Amino acid sequence: MAGIDHAPPPFFKRGPAPLALLIFYVAASIALFVVDLRFKSLDLLRQSVALVIDPVQRVAQTPGSLVDIAHSYLEGIGDLREENAQLKHAKLTTAPDLERLAHLEAENERLRRLLAVRDREKARGQVAQILYTARDPFSRRIVIDKGQQAAIVAGQPAIDENGVVGQVTRVFPFSAEVTLITDKNQAIPVQVVRSGLRSVAFGLGNGQLEMKYMPANADVQPGDTLVTSGLDGIYLPGFPVAKVVNVERDSAYSFARIYCEPVAGVENFGEVMVLDRRENLPPQPADEARPAAEGDGEKGSLRPKKRAAAKGGH
Amino acid sequence: MQPTFNSSRILLPVRPWFIALTLTIAMMLNTVPTAHWPGVPDWLALVLCFWSVREFRRVGMGWAFVLGILMDVADGAVLGQHSLAYVLLAFAASALSRRILWFPLAQQALQILPLLLMAQVVQAGIRLAAGADFPGWGYFIGPLFATLLWIPATFVLLLPQFQPVERDDNRPI
Repeated sequence: MAGIDHAPPPFFKRGPAPLALLIFYVAASIALFVVDLRFKSLDLLRQSVALVIDPVQRVAQTPGSLVDIAHSYLEGIGDLREENAQLKHAKLTTAPDLERLAHLEAENERLRRLLAVRDREKARGQVAQILYTARDPFSRRIVIDKGQQAAIVAGQPAIDENGVVGQVTRVFPFSAEVTLITDKNQAIPVQVVRSGLRSVAFGLGNGQLEMKYMPANADVQPGDTLVTSGLDGIYLPGFPVAKVVNVERDSAYSFARIYCEPVAGVENFGEVMVLDRRENLPPQPADEARPAAEGDGEKGSLRPKKRAAAKGGH
Repeated sequence: MQPTFNSSRILLPVRPWFIALTLTIAMMLNTVPTAHWPGVPDWLALVLCFWSVREFRRVGMGWAFVLGILMDVADGAVLGQHSLAYVLLAFAASALSRRILWFPLAQQALQILPLLLMAQVVQAGIRLAAGADFPGWGYFIGPLFATLLWIPATFVLLLPQFQPVERDDNRPI
Protein backbone atom coordinates (compact mmCIF):
# COMPACT_ATOMS: atom_id res chain seq x y z
CA MET A 1 0.00 0.00 0.00
CA ALA A 2 2.70 2.42 0.78
CA GLY A 3 5.76 1.32 -1.09
CA ILE A 4 6.56 4.84 -2.25
CA ASP A 5 5.69 6.37 1.05
CA HIS A 6 7.92 4.14 3.13
CA ALA A 7 11.03 3.53 1.06
CA PRO A 8 11.93 6.37 -1.26
CA PRO A 9 15.01 5.96 -3.41
CA PRO A 10 18.10 7.22 -1.59
CA PHE A 11 18.71 10.14 -3.95
CA PHE A 12 15.86 12.15 -2.38
CA LYS A 13 16.87 14.39 0.49
CA ARG A 14 15.52 12.83 3.70
CA GLY A 15 17.31 14.65 6.50
CA PRO A 16 19.18 12.90 9.29
CA ALA A 17 18.51 9.25 10.05
CA PRO A 18 15.76 8.59 12.65
CA LEU A 19 18.23 7.06 15.08
CA ALA A 20 20.49 10.13 14.92
CA LEU A 21 17.47 12.39 15.47
CA LEU A 22 16.35 10.23 18.39
CA ILE A 23 19.75 10.45 20.06
CA PHE A 24 19.83 14.22 19.54
CA TYR A 25 16.35 14.82 21.01
CA VAL A 26 16.83 12.42 23.92
CA ALA A 27 20.14 14.11 24.77
CA ALA A 28 18.47 17.53 24.55
CA SER A 29 15.61 16.40 26.83
CA ILE A 30 17.92 14.95 29.44
CA ALA A 31 20.12 18.05 29.33
CA LEU A 32 17.04 20.23 29.90
CA PHE A 33 15.92 17.96 32.74
CA VAL A 34 19.24 18.14 34.54
CA VAL A 35 19.69 21.88 34.04
CA ASP A 36 16.16 22.61 35.24
CA LEU A 37 16.43 20.34 38.28
CA ARG A 38 19.98 21.13 39.37
CA PHE A 39 20.69 24.69 38.34
CA LYS A 40 17.16 26.13 38.10
CA SER A 41 18.38 28.54 35.43
CA LEU A 42 15.59 28.01 32.90
CA ASP A 43 13.02 30.33 34.49
CA LEU A 44 13.11 32.73 31.55
CA LEU A 45 12.40 29.91 29.08
CA ARG A 46 9.62 28.64 31.30
CA GLN A 47 8.04 32.08 31.63
CA SER A 48 8.11 32.76 27.91
CA VAL A 49 6.59 29.36 27.10
CA ALA A 50 3.99 29.99 29.79
CA LEU A 51 2.93 33.15 27.95
CA VAL A 52 2.05 30.96 24.95
CA ILE A 53 0.39 28.24 27.02
CA ASP A 54 -1.56 30.52 29.34
CA PRO A 55 -4.41 31.36 26.90
CA VAL A 56 -4.86 27.66 26.09
CA GLN A 57 -5.08 26.84 29.77
CA ARG A 58 -7.55 29.63 30.48
CA VAL A 59 -9.81 28.41 27.67
CA ALA A 60 -9.58 24.83 28.94
CA GLN A 61 -10.65 25.92 32.41
CA THR A 62 -13.69 27.88 31.26
CA PRO A 63 -16.17 24.94 31.40
CA GLY A 64 -15.10 24.03 34.92
CA SER A 65 -15.35 27.57 36.20
CA LEU A 66 -18.75 28.00 34.49
CA VAL A 67 -19.99 24.92 36.37
CA ASP A 68 -18.65 26.45 39.58
CA ILE A 69 -20.44 29.74 38.91
CA ALA A 70 -23.68 27.94 38.09
CA HIS A 71 -23.36 25.85 41.24
CA SER A 72 -22.85 28.85 43.49
CA TYR A 73 -25.72 30.68 41.74
CA LEU A 74 -28.14 27.80 42.21
CA GLU A 75 -27.06 27.10 45.77
CA GLY A 76 -30.19 27.17 47.90
CA ILE A 77 -31.05 30.27 49.85
CA GLY A 78 -31.41 28.03 52.89
CA ASP A 79 -27.72 27.08 52.70
CA LEU A 80 -26.74 30.71 52.47
CA ARG A 81 -28.91 31.65 55.46
CA GLU A 82 -27.41 28.85 57.50
CA GLU A 83 -23.89 29.86 56.55
CA ASN A 84 -24.69 33.47 57.38
CA ALA A 85 -25.96 32.50 60.81
CA GLN A 86 -22.84 30.41 61.41
CA LEU A 87 -20.57 33.27 60.41
CA LYS A 88 -22.43 35.68 62.69
CA HIS A 89 -22.09 33.21 65.52
CA ALA A 90 -18.37 32.78 64.83
CA LYS A 91 -17.95 36.54 64.72
CA LEU A 92 -19.64 36.90 68.08
CA THR A 93 -17.50 34.23 69.73
CA THR A 94 -14.29 35.87 68.55
CA ALA A 95 -15.54 39.39 69.29
CA PRO A 96 -14.20 39.69 72.86
CA ASP A 97 -10.69 38.77 71.72
CA LEU A 98 -10.79 40.94 68.64
CA GLU A 99 -12.08 43.98 70.48
CA ARG A 100 -9.20 43.83 72.88
CA LEU A 101 -6.62 43.01 70.18
CA ALA A 102 -6.06 46.64 69.16
CA HIS A 103 -5.67 47.60 72.79
CA LEU A 104 -3.25 44.73 73.44
CA GLU A 105 -1.20 45.49 70.35
CA ALA A 106 -0.83 49.12 71.39
CA GLU A 107 0.18 48.02 74.86
CA ASN A 108 2.63 45.48 73.49
CA GLU A 109 4.21 48.10 71.26
CA ARG A 110 4.59 50.50 74.19
CA LEU A 111 6.13 47.85 76.41
CA ARG A 112 8.49 46.73 73.65
CA ARG A 113 9.61 50.31 73.22
CA LEU A 114 10.24 50.52 76.94
CA LEU A 115 12.34 47.39 76.73
CA ALA A 116 14.08 48.67 73.58
CA VAL A 117 13.08 45.54 71.64
CA ARG A 118 12.37 45.77 67.93
CA ASP A 119 8.72 46.14 66.94
CA ARG A 120 6.86 43.03 65.89
CA GLU A 121 6.46 42.70 62.17
CA LYS A 122 2.95 43.08 60.91
CA ALA A 123 1.58 40.57 58.43
CA ARG A 124 0.51 42.14 55.17
CA GLY A 125 -0.39 40.44 51.95
CA GLN A 126 -2.79 40.01 49.10
CA VAL A 127 -5.62 37.56 48.62
CA ALA A 128 -5.32 35.25 45.61
CA GLN A 129 -7.75 32.76 44.13
CA ILE A 130 -6.62 29.17 43.64
CA LEU A 131 -6.98 28.42 39.92
CA TYR A 132 -6.32 24.69 39.90
CA THR A 133 -4.07 21.96 41.24
CA ALA A 134 -0.93 21.64 39.14
CA ARG A 135 -1.30 18.55 36.94
CA ASP A 136 2.10 17.16 37.86
CA PRO A 137 1.27 14.02 39.90
CA PHE A 138 4.77 13.82 41.35
CA SER A 139 4.50 16.93 43.50
CA ARG A 140 1.91 18.84 45.47
CA ARG A 141 1.40 22.30 44.07
CA ILE A 142 -1.43 24.69 43.37
CA VAL A 143 -1.61 27.55 40.89
CA ILE A 144 -2.98 30.93 41.99
CA ASP A 145 -4.29 33.77 39.87
CA LYS A 146 -1.72 36.42 40.82
CA GLY A 147 1.77 36.61 39.37
CA GLN A 148 4.47 39.06 38.36
CA GLN A 149 1.81 41.62 37.46
CA ALA A 150 0.72 41.66 41.13
CA ALA A 151 4.36 41.85 42.28
CA ILE A 152 4.44 38.29 43.60
CA VAL A 153 7.96 36.91 43.92
CA ALA A 154 9.19 33.39 44.59
CA GLY A 155 9.63 32.68 48.29
CA GLN A 156 6.52 34.39 49.65
CA PRO A 157 4.51 32.27 52.10
CA ALA A 158 0.83 31.52 51.49
CA ILE A 159 -1.67 31.02 54.32
CA ASP A 160 -5.37 30.37 54.66
CA GLU A 161 -7.71 31.07 57.56
CA ASN A 162 -6.32 28.18 59.62
CA GLY A 163 -2.60 28.20 58.98
CA VAL A 164 0.28 27.95 56.56
CA VAL A 165 -0.55 26.41 53.17
CA GLY A 166 2.77 26.64 51.37
CA GLN A 167 5.28 28.83 49.64
CA VAL A 168 5.39 30.49 46.21
CA THR A 169 8.07 28.68 44.22
CA ARG A 170 7.56 29.79 40.62
CA VAL A 171 6.15 33.01 39.28
CA PHE A 172 4.66 33.52 35.84
CA PRO A 173 3.35 36.80 34.39
CA PHE A 174 -0.28 36.17 35.36
CA SER A 175 -0.10 33.24 37.75
CA ALA A 176 2.16 31.69 40.34
CA GLU A 177 2.84 28.19 41.65
CA VAL A 178 2.56 27.52 45.36
CA THR A 179 4.30 24.40 46.66
CA LEU A 180 2.23 22.96 49.52
CA ILE A 181 3.89 22.19 52.85
CA THR A 182 3.02 18.52 52.30
CA ASP A 183 5.19 18.31 49.14
CA LYS A 184 8.04 15.87 49.51
CA ASN A 185 10.75 18.47 49.00
CA GLN A 186 9.24 21.24 51.08
CA ALA A 187 10.60 22.09 54.53
CA ILE A 188 9.31 24.60 57.06
CA PRO A 189 10.95 25.69 60.34
CA VAL A 190 8.55 25.10 63.22
CA GLN A 191 8.30 25.40 66.96
CA VAL A 192 6.25 23.26 69.37
CA VAL A 193 3.89 25.63 71.17
CA ARG A 194 3.77 23.64 74.41
CA SER A 195 7.49 23.17 74.95
CA GLY A 196 9.04 25.82 72.72
CA LEU A 197 11.14 23.17 70.97
CA ARG A 198 12.43 24.23 67.54
CA SER A 199 12.69 21.94 64.55
CA VAL A 200 12.10 21.66 60.83
CA ALA A 201 9.03 19.87 59.43
CA PHE A 202 9.37 18.14 56.07
CA GLY A 203 6.52 17.17 53.78
CA LEU A 204 6.13 13.44 53.20
CA GLY A 205 4.24 13.55 49.91
CA ASN A 206 1.26 11.60 51.28
CA GLY A 207 -0.53 14.54 52.90
CA GLN A 208 1.42 14.43 56.15
CA LEU A 209 4.51 16.11 57.53
CA GLU A 210 7.37 14.69 59.56
CA MET A 211 9.64 16.36 62.08
CA LYS A 212 13.01 14.90 61.21
CA TYR A 213 16.21 14.62 63.23
CA MET A 214 14.54 14.99 66.64
CA PRO A 215 16.20 12.99 69.43
CA ALA A 216 14.22 9.96 70.65
CA ASN A 217 13.56 11.64 73.99
CA ALA A 218 12.37 14.95 72.49
CA ASP A 219 9.51 16.58 74.36
CA VAL A 220 6.82 16.12 71.72
CA GLN A 221 3.42 14.50 72.31
CA PRO A 222 0.54 13.64 70.02
CA GLY A 223 -1.80 16.62 69.92
CA ASP A 224 0.95 19.23 70.12
CA THR A 225 0.52 22.22 67.84
CA LEU A 226 3.42 23.35 65.67
CA VAL A 227 3.72 26.99 64.66
CA THR A 228 6.24 28.72 62.42
CA SER A 229 9.35 29.68 64.36
CA GLY A 230 10.27 32.63 62.16
CA LEU A 231 13.96 31.74 62.21
CA ASP A 232 14.27 31.44 58.44
CA GLY A 233 13.53 35.01 57.50
CA ILE A 234 10.65 33.87 55.28
CA TYR A 235 7.72 32.86 57.47
CA LEU A 236 6.57 35.24 60.20
CA PRO A 237 6.61 33.55 63.62
CA GLY A 238 3.43 32.18 65.16
CA PHE A 239 1.36 30.86 62.24
CA PRO A 240 -0.09 27.39 62.94
CA VAL A 241 1.43 24.73 60.68
CA ALA A 242 0.51 21.25 61.85
CA LYS A 243 -0.70 19.04 64.68
CA VAL A 244 1.33 16.06 65.87
CA VAL A 245 -0.69 12.88 65.31
CA ASN A 246 1.78 10.09 66.00
CA VAL A 247 5.13 9.77 67.75
CA GLU A 248 7.19 6.59 67.35
CA ARG A 249 10.10 6.21 69.73
CA ASP A 250 12.16 3.19 68.81
CA SER A 251 15.27 2.64 70.88
CA ALA A 252 16.97 1.07 67.86
CA TYR A 253 17.10 4.47 66.18
CA SER A 254 18.58 7.64 67.58
CA PHE A 255 15.78 9.77 66.15
CA ALA A 256 12.07 9.78 66.95
CA ARG A 257 9.63 9.55 64.08
CA ILE A 258 7.10 12.33 64.54
CA TYR A 259 4.19 12.53 62.10
CA CYS A 260 2.00 15.61 61.83
CA GLU A 261 -1.16 16.60 59.97
CA PRO A 262 -1.33 20.07 58.43
CA VAL A 263 -3.72 22.45 60.16
CA ALA A 264 -4.59 24.51 57.09
CA GLY A 265 -6.84 23.08 54.39
CA VAL A 266 -3.94 22.39 52.05
CA GLU A 267 -6.04 20.19 49.77
CA ASN A 268 -8.99 22.59 49.63
CA PHE A 269 -9.93 24.91 46.84
CA GLY A 270 -10.71 28.52 47.54
CA GLU A 271 -8.59 31.48 48.40
CA VAL A 272 -5.18 31.89 49.97
CA MET A 273 -3.39 34.95 51.27
CA VAL A 274 0.08 35.52 49.92
CA LEU A 275 2.06 37.35 52.59
CA ASP A 276 4.55 40.04 51.67
CA ARG A 277 8.23 39.39 52.16
CA ARG A 278 9.60 40.11 55.60
CA GLU A 279 11.34 43.42 55.93
CA ASN A 280 14.10 44.82 58.09
CA LEU A 281 15.69 41.47 58.73
CA PRO A 282 19.05 41.45 60.45
CA PRO A 283 21.83 40.88 57.91
CA GLN A 284 22.56 37.26 57.09
CA PRO A 285 25.88 35.92 58.31
CA ALA A 286 28.46 36.29 55.55
CA ASP A 287 29.25 33.29 53.40
CA GLU A 288 32.98 33.82 53.96
CA ALA A 289 32.50 32.69 57.56
CA ARG A 290 31.55 29.19 56.47
CA PRO A 291 34.96 27.70 55.61
CA ALA A 292 36.30 28.94 58.98
CA ALA A 293 33.38 27.42 60.85
CA GLU A 294 33.80 24.09 59.15
CA GLY A 295 36.71 23.30 61.44
CA ASP A 296 34.64 23.19 64.60
CA GLY A 297 32.57 20.15 63.87
CA GLU A 298 29.12 19.37 62.61
CA LYS A 299 27.26 22.46 63.75
CA GLY A 300 28.83 24.82 61.28
CA SER A 301 28.24 22.57 58.32
CA LEU A 302 24.69 21.62 59.27
CA ARG A 303 23.28 25.07 59.65
CA PRO A 304 23.65 26.42 56.11
CA LYS A 305 22.18 23.20 54.81
CA LYS A 306 19.10 23.62 56.94
CA ARG A 307 18.66 27.18 55.83
CA ALA A 308 18.94 26.15 52.22
CA ALA A 309 16.35 23.45 52.82
CA ALA A 310 13.97 25.92 54.40
CA LYS A 311 14.43 28.49 51.66
CA GLY A 312 14.47 26.37 48.55
CA GLY A 313 11.13 25.41 47.14
CA HIS A 314 12.60 22.11 46.24
CA MET B 1 -3.46 5.28 2.29
CA GLN B 2 -6.37 3.06 3.32
CA PRO B 3 -8.31 3.34 6.59
CA THR B 4 -7.49 -0.31 7.43
CA PHE B 5 -5.32 -2.80 5.60
CA ASN B 6 -8.20 -4.80 4.06
CA SER B 7 -10.23 -1.78 2.99
CA SER B 8 -10.44 -1.09 -0.73
CA ARG B 9 -11.04 2.58 -0.05
CA ILE B 10 -8.27 5.10 -0.65
CA LEU B 11 -8.18 8.03 1.77
CA LEU B 12 -7.60 11.64 0.80
CA PRO B 13 -4.19 13.06 1.75
CA VAL B 14 -4.16 14.58 5.22
CA ARG B 15 -4.29 18.35 5.58
CA PRO B 16 -1.48 19.78 7.73
CA TRP B 17 -3.74 22.30 9.46
CA PHE B 18 -5.98 19.46 10.65
CA ILE B 19 -3.00 17.77 12.33
CA ALA B 20 -2.09 21.04 14.06
CA LEU B 21 -5.72 21.56 15.11
CA THR B 22 -6.10 18.08 16.61
CA LEU B 23 -2.81 18.40 18.49
CA THR B 24 -3.92 21.77 19.89
CA ILE B 25 -7.28 20.35 20.97
CA ALA B 26 -5.53 17.38 22.59
CA MET B 27 -3.28 19.76 24.51
CA MET B 28 -6.32 21.74 25.62
CA LEU B 29 -7.99 18.54 26.84
CA ASN B 30 -4.82 17.80 28.78
CA THR B 31 -4.96 21.14 30.59
CA VAL B 32 -8.57 20.67 31.72
CA PRO B 33 -8.22 20.37 35.50
CA THR B 34 -8.77 16.64 35.89
CA ALA B 35 -5.52 15.91 37.68
CA HIS B 36 -7.18 14.36 40.73
CA TRP B 37 -9.23 11.86 38.72
CA PRO B 38 -7.56 8.48 38.28
CA GLY B 39 -7.23 7.03 34.80
CA VAL B 40 -7.56 10.20 32.73
CA PRO B 41 -5.64 9.45 29.52
CA ASP B 42 -2.85 11.64 28.21
CA TRP B 43 -4.75 12.96 25.18
CA LEU B 44 -1.71 14.58 23.62
CA ALA B 45 0.28 11.33 23.79
CA LEU B 46 -2.59 9.48 22.13
CA VAL B 47 -3.02 11.95 19.25
CA LEU B 48 0.74 12.31 18.81
CA CYS B 49 1.06 8.54 18.69
CA PHE B 50 -1.75 8.33 16.14
CA TRP B 51 -0.18 10.85 13.76
CA SER B 52 3.29 9.34 14.24
CA VAL B 53 1.88 5.99 13.13
CA ARG B 54 -0.18 7.40 10.25
CA GLU B 55 1.89 10.35 9.04
CA PHE B 56 5.42 9.89 10.30
CA ARG B 57 6.73 12.13 7.50
CA ARG B 58 4.84 15.12 8.90
CA VAL B 59 4.68 14.46 12.64
CA GLY B 60 7.93 13.22 14.06
CA MET B 61 10.29 13.66 16.92
CA GLY B 62 10.67 17.43 16.38
CA TRP B 63 6.96 18.01 17.03
CA ALA B 64 7.08 15.58 19.94
CA PHE B 65 9.96 17.50 21.51
CA VAL B 66 8.31 20.93 21.21
CA LEU B 67 4.91 19.65 22.41
CA GLY B 68 6.67 17.93 25.31
CA ILE B 69 8.24 21.21 26.41
CA LEU B 70 4.85 22.93 26.19
CA MET B 71 3.28 20.15 28.29
CA ASP B 72 6.08 20.41 30.86
CA VAL B 73 5.36 24.10 31.36
CA ALA B 74 1.60 23.57 31.39
CA ASP B 75 1.91 20.82 34.00
CA GLY B 76 4.48 22.56 36.15
CA ALA B 77 6.67 19.48 35.74
CA VAL B 78 10.44 19.45 35.34
CA LEU B 79 11.43 20.63 31.85
CA GLY B 80 12.40 17.71 29.63
CA GLN B 81 10.17 15.14 31.34
CA HIS B 82 7.35 15.06 28.79
CA SER B 83 9.62 15.86 25.86
CA LEU B 84 11.76 12.79 26.58
CA ALA B 85 8.69 10.55 26.85
CA TYR B 86 7.05 11.99 23.71
CA VAL B 87 10.24 11.78 21.64
CA LEU B 88 10.64 8.10 22.54
CA LEU B 89 6.93 7.57 21.82
CA ALA B 90 7.13 9.24 18.40
CA PHE B 91 10.26 7.29 17.49
CA ALA B 92 8.78 3.95 18.50
CA ALA B 93 5.45 4.71 16.80
CA SER B 94 7.03 5.69 13.49
CA ALA B 95 9.46 2.77 13.57
CA LEU B 96 6.59 0.33 14.17
CA SER B 97 4.07 2.04 11.92
CA ARG B 98 4.39 -0.42 9.00
CA ARG B 99 3.78 -3.30 11.37
CA ILE B 100 0.97 -1.63 13.36
CA LEU B 101 -1.01 -0.56 10.29
CA TRP B 102 -1.07 -4.14 9.06
CA PHE B 103 -3.41 -5.18 11.92
CA PRO B 104 -7.16 -4.62 12.28
CA LEU B 105 -8.09 -1.73 14.60
CA ALA B 106 -8.60 -3.73 17.81
CA GLN B 107 -5.22 -5.40 17.44
CA GLN B 108 -3.63 -2.03 16.57
CA ALA B 109 -4.85 -0.81 19.95
CA LEU B 110 -3.10 -3.73 21.64
CA GLN B 111 0.13 -2.77 19.87
CA ILE B 112 -0.29 0.84 21.01
CA LEU B 113 -0.71 -0.05 24.69
CA PRO B 114 2.97 -0.83 25.38
CA LEU B 115 4.03 2.40 23.64
CA LEU B 116 1.74 4.59 25.74
CA LEU B 117 2.65 2.66 28.88
CA MET B 118 6.32 3.17 28.08
CA ALA B 119 5.79 6.96 27.84
CA GLN B 120 4.24 6.92 31.30
CA VAL B 121 6.89 4.64 32.81
CA VAL B 122 9.68 6.80 31.37
CA GLN B 123 8.20 9.87 33.04
CA ALA B 124 7.71 8.10 36.35
CA GLY B 125 11.21 6.61 36.19
CA ILE B 126 13.00 9.86 35.47
CA ARG B 127 11.08 11.75 38.17
CA LEU B 128 11.51 9.03 40.80
CA ALA B 129 15.22 8.92 40.00
CA ALA B 130 15.30 12.67 40.65
CA GLY B 131 13.70 12.18 44.08
CA ALA B 132 9.98 12.83 43.58
CA ASP B 133 7.33 10.87 45.46
CA PHE B 134 5.47 7.94 43.93
CA PRO B 135 2.25 9.14 42.28
CA GLY B 136 0.27 5.96 42.98
CA TRP B 137 -0.78 3.17 40.61
CA GLY B 138 -3.62 5.29 39.24
CA TYR B 139 -0.97 7.06 37.20
CA PHE B 140 -0.47 3.94 35.09
CA ILE B 141 -4.19 3.35 34.42
CA GLY B 142 -4.36 6.30 32.00
CA PRO B 143 -2.69 4.40 29.10
CA LEU B 144 -5.26 1.57 29.43
CA PHE B 145 -8.12 4.01 28.81
CA ALA B 146 -6.13 5.68 26.04
CA THR B 147 -5.78 2.26 24.39
CA LEU B 148 -9.55 1.78 24.49
CA LEU B 149 -9.86 5.20 22.84
CA TRP B 150 -7.65 4.18 19.91
CA ILE B 151 -10.57 2.90 17.82
CA PRO B 152 -12.85 5.96 18.23
CA ALA B 153 -9.80 8.21 17.83
CA THR B 154 -8.97 6.56 14.50
CA PHE B 155 -12.44 7.27 13.13
CA VAL B 156 -12.55 10.85 14.42
CA LEU B 157 -9.07 11.78 13.25
CA LEU B 158 -9.50 10.19 9.80
CA LEU B 159 -12.94 11.75 9.25
CA PRO B 160 -11.82 14.63 6.96
CA GLN B 161 -9.93 12.16 4.77
CA PHE B 162 -13.06 10.09 4.15
CA GLN B 163 -14.65 12.85 2.05
CA PRO B 164 -14.83 12.31 -1.73
CA VAL B 165 -12.60 14.37 -3.98
CA GLU B 166 -15.29 15.67 -6.32
CA ARG B 167 -18.79 16.29 -5.06
CA ASP B 168 -21.48 14.36 -6.89
CA ASP B 169 -25.03 15.15 -5.83
CA ASN B 170 -26.35 11.86 -7.21
CA ARG B 171 -24.03 9.76 -5.11
CA PRO B 172 -25.42 8.60 -1.75
CA ILE B 173 -22.23 9.29 0.29
